[in-house]
Amino acid sequence: MSSFDHPSFTAAAGLVRTAGVTNVSRRGFLGFGAGALVLGALLPSGGALARAEGPAAVAPRPGTRVAAFLEIGPDGSARLLSPFVEGGQGISTGLAQIVGEELDLHPARFTVDCAPPGPDYAVVNGLRLTGGSFSTRSSYGVMRRLGATARDMMIRAAAVRLNVRRDELATEDGRVVHAKSGRSLGYGDLAADALVLKPDEAVQLRDPATFRYIRQPMGRLDARAKSTGKTVYPIDQKVDGMLYAAVRHAGHLGTEPLALGNEPEVRGMPGVHSVHRLPGAVAVAADSWFRARKAVEALDVTWSEPRPTGIDTVAADYSSGGMLAALKASKEAGIPAEKDGDTAAAFAGAAPTVEAEYDAPYLAHAQLEPPSTIARFNADGTLELWVPNQMPEVFQAVASGIAGLRPEQVIVHSPTLGGFFGRHFMYAPANPFPQAILLAQATGRPVKVLWSREEEFLMDAVRPLSFSRFRAALDGRGQPSAVEVRTVGEGPIGRWFGEVIKSPVDSSAVEGLVEKPYAIPNRSFSFVKLAHPVTIAFWRSVGHSMNDFFYEGFLDEIAEAGGRDPFELRMELLKDRPRHRDLLSAVADLSGGWRRGPYEAGDGRRARGVAMASPFGSETATIAEVSIENGQARIHDIWIAVDPGSVVNPAIVVSQVESAAALGVSATLFEEMAYEGGTRQARNYDAYPILTRDAMPRIHVRIVESGAPMGGVGEVGLPGVPPAVVNAVAALTGQRIRSLPLSKARLSGV
Amino acid sequence: MTEITVNGRIHEVAVEPETPLLWVLRDTLGMTGTKYGCGIGQCGACTVMIDGQATRSCQVPVESLGAAKVVTIDAIEDDEVGRRVVDAWVSVQVAQCGYCQSGQVMAATALLKGNPRPTDRDIADAMTGLCRCGTYNRIAEAVRLAAG
Ligand code: FES
Ligand code: FES
Repeated sequence: MSSFDHPSFTAAAGLVRTAGVTNVSRRGFLGFGAGALVLGALLPSGGALARAEGPAAVAPRPGTRVAAFLEIGPDGSARLLSPFVEGGQGISTGLAQIVGEELDLHPARFTVDCAPPGPDYAVVNGLRLTGGSFSTRSSYGVMRRLGATARDMMIRAAAVRLNVRRDELATEDGRVVHAKSGRSLGYGDLAADALVLKPDEAVQLRDPATFRYIRQPMGRLDARAKSTGKTVYPIDQKVDGMLYAAVRHAGHLGTEPLALGNEPEVRGMPGVHSVHRLPGAVAVAADSWFRARKAVEALDVTWSEPRPTGIDTVAADYSSGGMLAALKASKEAGIPAEKDGDTAAAFAGAAPTVEAEYDAPYLAHAQLEPPSTIARFNADGTLELWVPNQMPEVFQAVASGIAGLRPEQVIVHSPTLGGFFGRHFMYAPANPFPQAILLAQATGRPVKVLWSREEEFLMDAVRPLSFSRFRAALDGRGQPSAVEVRTVGEGPIGRWFGEVIKSPVDSSAVEGLVEKPYAIPNRSFSFVKLAHPVTIAFWRSVGHSMNDFFYEGFLDEIAEAGGRDPFELRMELLKDRPRHRDLLSAVADLSGGWRRGPYEAGDGRRARGVAMASPFGSETATIAEVSIENGQARIHDIWIAVDPGSVVNPAIVVSQVESAAALGVSATLFEEMAYEGGTRQARNYDAYPILTRDAMPRIHVRIVESGAPMGGVGEVGLPGVPPAVVNAVAALTGQRIRSLPLSKARLSGV
Repeated sequence: MTEITVNGRIHEVAVEPETPLLWVLRDTLGMTGTKYGCGIGQCGACTVMIDGQATRSCQVPVESLGAAKVVTIDAIEDDEVGRRVVDAWVSVQVAQCGYCQSGQVMAATALLKGNPRPTDRDIADAMTGLCRCGTYNRIAEAVRLAAG
C-alpha cells in the first residue's frame, strides 16, 4: 500500500474531495465493495460536519483542533483520541510519545483510544486509514504540532489565572510553572479554560536536541493490560440484551442458500432465538454463541450451484493451480510499469541470458482474533457498531448504506485489534459487520456476530496468488545489462480503489519489482491485469510480500549465471547509492561479516543468503542462515538492517521488525491457501500451518537512521526474508526455489 | 445446572453439559480474558489452569470438570508465580497485538509452578501456543526471566 502516496492516488482522492459530497448510494449487499463507493465514503458528509462544528463551520484542517484529540482529566491524565487503530503495531504508544514530548506530559500518563469517525482525523494525506506502514510517518509533524499547540494553550490559560506574562511561564511534566512566584497549576486545573482558546498556528516546536521521549525505547502503554487479559478486543465487547449469532457461509463464494430442510427443528434447539438467510450465508441467533454455532452447523442447507467452470467466478472446478496456469498462459500484451534504455538491443548482443518464472500462493491473514461485530440500533435512530476496521469513515459510510441511514447516524467504535496485518479493510463479503446490521434489523435486538475460525479461513480476503516472468541479459563481466519482467495478476489497490485511481498499472501488484536501486541500464517491466475471482486483500507488506522474493531471488540467479558473488554483485550495482551500500555493509557487519558458504557449523552444513528491499519509504538489508533437516529448510538466524530514516520508539521498531520477519518466515516455509474444486482446502490452523515456536529463528535487528524522510516500520521487516532464505537454500543445495512455500519442495541435504 | 469452581469461586451455570469451558467462561460468566482462537486445541489462546495444569479450555466439556479448580488469566495476579510471569512479560515487552498472550501467560505460569527452573527444552515443550505476531523469542526470554 505504499501506493497510497502515489501521486495518482493523492490526485484522485483530492478530486473526489473537492467535488464535494459524493452520493454514497445504497447498493446490493455484495455490491458495495466498488472502489468509487469506498473512496466516496472517505468524504466527510455535510451532516457530519454540521454535527461536529455547527452549521456554519468549514472542515477543520486535519490534526489541528486540539479538542478533537485531547481530553485532560482533573488529575492531569490525558486521553488521546488517535486517528489510528491499535492492533499490535504500537502506534498508541508512539503517538503518546510524540504528543507528550511537545505537550510536556509523560507518555505513561496517556490513555489512547481510537477516535470516532470525523474529518479531524484524516491525517494520512487527507485520508484516514491504519495501514501502509503510514501511521507514524504521516502524522509525526501534525501530532507534534498538536502537542505544542495544546501546551501553548495551557500556558495562555495559566497566564490569565495567575495574572502574569506568558513569557514568565514554563512547563514541567503536566504543570505550568511560574518560577518567580513559585506558583504552578496542573494541566488538569487548566484544561477547561485552555481547551476553548483559539489555537495559535505559529507555535514553536521543541528543538529535537532536547527530546526526552521521542527516540527513547519506552515501554508500550498496553503491555500490562495485554499480559493480564484486560485488553478488550472486538470479540470481547458486549452490550445489554444482545443476541449471539453464528453464521455458515457458502462453500463456493457467490453461491446462495436456496432452502433450509430442517428449520423448525433447529429453531427448537436450546437457546435458539431465530434462523436467518443472509446473502451467501445462513445464520442462527441465540442466547450464547456456542448454542448459535451448534444450531447453525445443524442446519440442512441447499446451496445454489456454482458455475461449472472458468475463472471469472469461483466455479465448481476452480483451483489455485488452475489460476496459476491461467496467469502463466496469458498472452495479452502488458502495460509498461517501468521502462528505461533499450532492452531489445541489450538482449541482441547478450551472452548469456537468464530466464525464470516465479510464483507465490494465496495467503490468509490468520490473525489470532476471529472477526466479529456488534450492531445495535438505538432509540434515537442511530446505529452503533463495535467493529474491527482499519478505516472508520469507510465502515461508517458503508454501514449507513446497508442500514438506510445517513453516515452521521452511524456511531463506530474501533477497539484494539487482536492482530490485523491488513485483514480489516473493507473487503465486501469478507467483513462480518453487514451481517450484524441485517440481523439486528431482523431481530430488533443488538446482535453480536462472531465468525468461527473455520468461517474465517473460508471467508478471509487473501493475499493474491502472484506470478512474474523474468529475463536478464549479462554483459562480458557478468553484470546484468538488461532486465525484463512481465507480471500477470491483480493487486488489492486495483480491486478496492481502482475505480477512483484509474491507473492502468496496479502499483500493489508491481511494487517490489519496480523502482529498484540497482544500476541496471536497460529495464522493461510490464503488467497484465488478470482478475482473481476470489476476495483479495492487503496482506502485511502487500506486493512486496511476493515481489521482493521474485526479484531478489532472480538477482541471485543473475549473479550465479555471471559467476559473481551475490553480495558483491549487489554492492557493485549500488555503487551510486550510498544509503543502500551503508545498509548492506551494516547487515554484513551485524551478521559477523558476509560469507555465503556452504560451510560446516558443527551440527552440519549451513549457508547464507542476502536480499534487499525498499518497502514503504524505508530500506532493508537482510541475511538469513539455513541448514537442511529431513528435506526441509531450517532457518537459524536472520539479520536485518533497517533504515526508516528516523524513528520515534526504537524498541517498538525492533519489535515490529521481529514480528514482520517472523511472518516472512511463516510465509516462506509453510503458508498456502489452496483452492480445489472451488473451495478452500484449509479451514483451521491444523490445515493451514503457521509459524510455531520450534521453527522460529533468532532475529537480530539493527536500526540505521540515515536521516532520510521518515519511512514505514510495521511491514518493512518482511519482504527481505523470503528471498534471503531462498537464496541461502540455493547456496546450500544448488536448488533454486521459485515457488513458495518451501515446504512443497524436497530439499537435498548436500 | 453445573457447578464449577473458577478463581476460587463456585458458579452455577445452566448450559448443555458438552459446552466447552471456554464458552462458559466467556459468554456465561463474562470472563473474556480467556480467548477464542481456533476452537480445536491448536492455538492455545484459550489456555487456563485446571488443578494447576495448563489446559486448552476449548477442549474441556464443562461436565468433565467436577470439583476441579479452574484458574483464568483474570486472576493471574493473585498468584505469586503468575505475578512474576506478568512482570517478566512487561519487562521483556512480549505483547504485540496481545491476543495470544493470555494463553501464553497461563502456560508459562503453569510451567513454572511445576518446574521452577525449566531448561530451554522444557520451555519449548510447554510453550506451544501460536502467536501470529511472532513473539516466540521474547516469550522464551520472559519465561527465563520469571524463572530467575
Ligand atoms: S481456542 Fe482453544 S486451542 Fe485455540
Ligand atoms: S501477540 Fe499477537 S498473536 Fe501473539
